Amino acid sequence: MNAQKDRVRNVNENPCNMCMPLGAIVPFKGIENAMVIIHGSQGCATYMRRHMAEHFNEPIDVASSSITEKGTIYGGEANLRQGLDNLIRLYNPRVVGILSTCLAETIGEDIVGTASVYQQEKGHSPVPRLVPVPTPGYGGSHAEGYFKALVSIVATLCRKTRKHDGINVIVPHISPADVREIRRILELMKVNYTLLPDIADTLDSPYTKVYKKIPAGGTPLEAIEAMADARATIQFGETMDDDLSPGNYLESKYGVPLHNLPLPIGIEACDRFLALLQTLTLNPVPEVLQKERGRLLDAMVDSHKYNREGHAAVFGEPETVYAISRLLVENGIAPAILATGSAKGHLPYLLQQLTAECDEKALIMMDSDFADIRRHCAGKGINLAIGSSDGRLLTEREGIPLVRLGFPIHDRIGGQRILSLGYTGTIMLLDQITNTLLAAKYSHYRQDLYQRFYPDRPSSMEQ
Amino acid sequence: MAMNQPDNFDIQERQKSIRTKGRQSQPINCQADSIAGCVSQRACVYCGARVVLNPVTDAVHLVHGPIGCASYTWDIRGSLSSGSDLFRYSFSTDLREEDIIFGGERKLTRCIDELAERYHPQVMLVYSTCIVGVIGDDLEAICRKASLQHGIKVIPVQSSGFSGNKSDGYRVACEVLLRMIATPEDVPRQAHHLNYLGDFNLAGEAWIIRGYLQEMGIHVNVAFTGDSSYETLRTAPTASLNIIQCAGSMGYMAKRMQEIYGIPFLNISFLGLEDTVESLRRISAFFGDPLIASRTEALIQREMAIYGPTIQNYRRRLQGKKAAIFVGGGFKAISLIKQFRELGMEVVMVGTQTGQPEEYDTIHQLVSDGTVVLDDANPSELERFMLEQGADLLVGGVKERPLAFKLGRAFIDHNHERKHPLSGFTGAANFAREVEETVCSPVWKYLDK
Ligand code: SF4
Ligand code: SF4
Repeated sequence: MNAQKDRVRNVNENPCNMCMPLGAIVPFKGIENAMVIIHGSQGCATYMRRHMAEHFNEPIDVASSSITEKGTIYGGEANLRQGLDNLIRLYNPRVVGILSTCLAETIGEDIVGTASVYQQEKGHSPVPRLVPVPTPGYGGSHAEGYFKALVSIVATLCRKTRKHDGINVIVPHISPADVREIRRILELMKVNYTLLPDIADTLDSPYTKVYKKIPAGGTPLEAIEAMADARATIQFGETMDDDLSPGNYLESKYGVPLHNLPLPIGIEACDRFLALLQTLTLNPVPEVLQKERGRLLDAMVDSHKYNREGHAAVFGEPETVYAISRLLVENGIAPAILATGSAKGHLPYLLQQLTAECDEKALIMMDSDFADIRRHCAGKGINLAIGSSDGRLLTEREGIPLVRLGFPIHDRIGGQRILSLGYTGTIMLLDQITNTLLAAKYSHYRQDLYQRFYPDRPSSMEQ
Repeated sequence: MAMNQPDNFDIQERQKSIRTKGRQSQPINCQADSIAGCVSQRACVYCGARVVLNPVTDAVHLVHGPIGCASYTWDIRGSLSSGSDLFRYSFSTDLREEDIIFGGERKLTRCIDELAERYHPQVMLVYSTCIVGVIGDDLEAICRKASLQHGIKVIPVQSSGFSGNKSDGYRVACEVLLRMIATPEDVPRQAHHLNYLGDFNLAGEAWIIRGYLQEMGIHVNVAFTGDSSYETLRTAPTASLNIIQCAGSMGYMAKRMQEIYGIPFLNISFLGLEDTVESLRRISAFFGDPLIASRTEALIQREMAIYGPTIQNYRRRLQGKKAAIFVGGGFKAISLIKQFRELGMEVVMVGTQTGQPEEYDTIHQLVSDGTVVLDDANPSELERFMLEQGADLLVGGVKERPLAFKLGRAFIDHNHERKHPLSGFTGAANFAREVEETVCSPVWKYLDK
């Protein structure tokens, strides 16, 4: 077993993950007319908003129950109720996500109970649907928080009425641009679908003359309710345990068949996605998409020799790490270091299967931090890193160029617009990866070859 | 007219914290806890403490708590260092479920041991976060023991987030700094030495001021805390003057140092030409040395000759534009009001997260009738008053930036992430240029406001 639990040490040095409630905010931002309140002290909510605002370049309004010293002693329920009152008055949402923090969970707050009492008591006036999600920050990374929120959303909101022939499409934490690409593919395939969560427009909202506090877009409440009666669920969530899989929930509770796929990044994963859509809809793959596929093949051939020189370190949320690793293997780039800050799920197993045949043994790191990643990079001839801005020290200190992807992107503009899936997105990502390798080559090769071979070079030139 | 009255605003309790100059006479309600559900922009005690202490470059900053609190504060600020860069690393005890149940003390001790061994720092700062305050780990005792064992200073930072807001965190940080600089015996004062309080050397700002003072013949012992180190902080008690830039964070420190070491202090500001000139003169006057005075005048004359006309140029393009301000503390808001005045701009809205009553008094005096002043504003209020007051530009932090842009307003980042200095003469010119760059960008005309 080479999936190593590399934390023999206790201290986390330069974290590779964020905490649960941050991840749980995202799905709510992908529901139409929804708001979020975080039950805990003010700081947590503010930090998360700041982190997300920087990545998405969008206002991220998240309320806090602002627990103070008093609240920690006498309980924070009153704060949460007042918070709900105020946020409903200010935002008039249809759905409200209630997330807890480390503090709330530690002092024993019962957000599920409070939510149901609140909903009952105020039953006479229009109260938004409340979706409580216990998300103690210490309970897992933001990746788990994201899926945990999705499970709570379907568990709370879905209800069985009448079977329909729609298909549920559940996506992991990907960029709004990626979500738009999935929607485009679904539309080209003429699929009748409900995509959850749909952050395409809410977290990358177009400029409009009149500003809306809750941006337009997102999955409508009715569509979520009807997910229980769908014909099938397609979920891009192979790495998550069953209890964090909304697709599993829909299957076991409502008998909606689940098709769990890897994110459509790379030729194989895209083909699988399209093959499944074909089977489910009996519609042919239209010519536009076939051409895009052909172009991807063309691109792979064009760059295959350069790519063979790549030795990559990939880090991020499990689903993304898995998808990128698949892309690397397909293109002959060595997946040398595959790391995530998450501690749970099927990622190690999936990666072992994937890399079993690779020439170079992949180092798979769960529950890791950037001190680990950096240490291993130094010895492995890594010449490419793929992941969020948090990998910047790999460039700064180890000289390894970073292809930015995932969350958070805070030292570059446009994190919300990074497209890297579907045939076309894959081409864009692959080109970027190859060009990063090429850029390094062009900037070094004259000097390198001179150093290596010029027989009469003065010794002072040696580095 | 009626539109400008904040009293039809949705949340009753918020109204006490919103004032329009010339319309309401009662003082503004500030320093109150944020109201639940109002989407306050405020941060926590830990945030305040971390802001002030983080620039201590050679300290190990260990966050005792679950991972998030550390993740969100990792290397996000633009403090520069001339020496160690250990402060750019994020260390966390990364508490998990089992630690919450059984207590985090053992893990904390092990983390301190590991870090002491690996980095051999002279000082380690151990921040407590909210749950540490609840699970009851005895930080003080653990740090005391670790100090003895490793022969270094391990100092607890009692910054449980819920025990107040950001400005309470400043105070906690000051207590820690006082502990760091404490000397058992009396130290001799050095005549022309001062400490520079409340500058975090963002984009090298403390270096700029240090350069000016050096030219005047005054030595800066240490800046609190920009580009400081354990060694340089220890020289603080020998100074004969403390100058304070950011009074919100360091006013308390200056008062305490006066009590303990008898060091007098001056409130100064190096934001904007007017404040910079006045501050340099006041510092020079304090020392009462004719040589210093003449060097100061020479410096001012030279710099004004360079930057005065630059600012005038920008002023011509910016005259009459309207600015809105929402920043962390009162000091910054006050300086900004003056700076906009230098640029011929009118301030139509001013707010802070944690301004103090005296600071709001000053703000009230500085602004003209009709200006909206508000404490602990939320996005809805910022939106409303930016639009109603017709602001062309907002000054704020990262969270406010996208809101301004969505409203089609220019924006100035006056936060700790910035990469260009805003202090001193050169900083004033940078500020003016930044305002011009954003307000006069061609992009706005396509939005067709
Ligand atoms: S880890 Fe816990 S306490 Fe820290 S920010 Fe996340 S929820 Fe808040
Ligand atoms: S847990 Fe407390 S200390 Fe940590 S970010 Fe939240 S409010 Fe601040």
